[in-house]
Amino acid sequence: MKRLLMLWLCLLFVGPVIAAAPLPTDSIYQLGAKLTDQDGHSWPLSARRGKVQLMTMFYTSCTMVCPMIVDTMKATRKAVDEPARDKLDLLAVSFDPARDNVAALHQYAQKRQLDAPHWTLARAEPQDVRALSALLGLQYRQLPDGDFNHSSELILLDPDGRIIARTTTIGRLDPAFVDAVRKALASS
Amino acid sequence: MGSIVMRGLWLVMGMCATSASLAAEYVPLPGGSFASVLGADNKAAPAQIKPFRLRTEPVTNAEFLAFVSAHPQWRRDQIAGVFADKQYLSQWASAEALGPNALPRQPVIRVSWFAAQAFCESEKARLPTWYEWEYAAAADAHRADARSDPAWRDHVLNWYSRPSNTALPQVGGEADVHGVRDLNGLVWEWVDDFNALLVSGDGRDQDGADKARFCGAGAANMQQKENYATLMRVAMLSALKASDTTNNMGFRCARPE
Repeated sequence: MKRLLMLWLCLLFVGPVIAAAPLPTDSIYQLGAKLTDQDGHSWPLSARRGKVQLMTMFYTSCTMVCPMIVDTMKATRKAVDEPARDKLDLLAVSFDPARDNVAALHQYAQKRQLDAPHWTLARAEPQDVRALSALLGLQYRQLPDGDFNHSSELILLDPDGRIIARTTTIGRLDPAFVDAVRKALASS
Repeated sequence: MGSIVMRGLWLVMGMCATSASLAAEYVPLPGGSFASVLGADNKAAPAQIKPFRLRTEPVTNAEFLAFVSAHPQWRRDQIAGVFADKQYLSQWASAEALGPNALPRQPVIRVSWFAAQAFCESEKARLPTWYEWEYAAAADAHRADARSDPAWRDHVLNWYSRPSNTALPQVGGEADVHGVRDLNGLVWEWVDDFNALLVSGDGRDQDGADKARFCGAGAANMQQKENYATLMRVAMLSALKASDTTNNMGFRCARPE
């Protein structure tokens, strides 16, 4: 009983201390952007801190490359053996805040079987979308018909939000990138 | 005693600097349909620009100093590395003083896109979009769109031949027909959607390799080849990362009408 109490006290005090450690200066979590996920929950970007993230940007009405981006994320996750696989978070943020509301994200997650908790689809306000894309080194531009031109990349973040690997290989696995994912999970 | 007087003096000066930045002037521009060098549909469709307000002058060293004093997370000794490279504000004597190499009325340079955006937010503004900037910069003293005049093109191009090791002029050039100054001929300027222009370094790539990298119809095609001064700007902006700072990149802000 006493031991349990001690454990509880440790968690109570040590937990916040770990969370409050200053962010590295090169962490993308320095950006004070607010995201809203497919379940309607809102949180600061920095709430992703603590786990390795496989990240991308996309939009749900995109019929060309975006489905392949999602497939490539799925395949990359699958290429990692259990139990390390469960430590990987997948995050896709929409380029299209006007059309990708919570309902659209929710529907897309269901249709593509992107299951919580490891999958998160998110939207942000337009200025935060632009800042996030700038931070990730992704380009996008909206066309008059509402579609987007955008770069298609998968980006790997360490638990503190530093970009540690990226790939432009979409539609098949990039072995070097999968390797980077495995390594990041092994050391996290 | 002396130090109290000095502190009082600094406080007053600080307040003056703050009110100077609040007093930045914005003028209305009507916008409308505009033939940009970048077709809205990647072909020749004109851009549709809503009415907006543009800052009449680029942001100066004095104004940026007042900003970092009020928002110390943007000081060069405190900024997160993810938001600016090592050159950020390095022309200043220190993190809180301009010194001899940065006159108060010179445009601020060596600022990243993130820092420029944060400054504009402090003025309840944002960076102009590329279309807003290009549209505004098409004006001369008498016309909203002087681009077909060879004299306008020469004026814009001549600036590029100015050696970059000469001291930057101060802001306050001749006002154009909208009342805006220094769009051409002083510094390069950040735009909000600098990473939307999608022009690769090598135009020949655009139908091949880039199609695999970009979702959609590929990279934007550039129009009006005779306006190469403007095309150079597009190329420059799209080559930059948001944390980059350069020796002649400054900015101004815009507001929706």
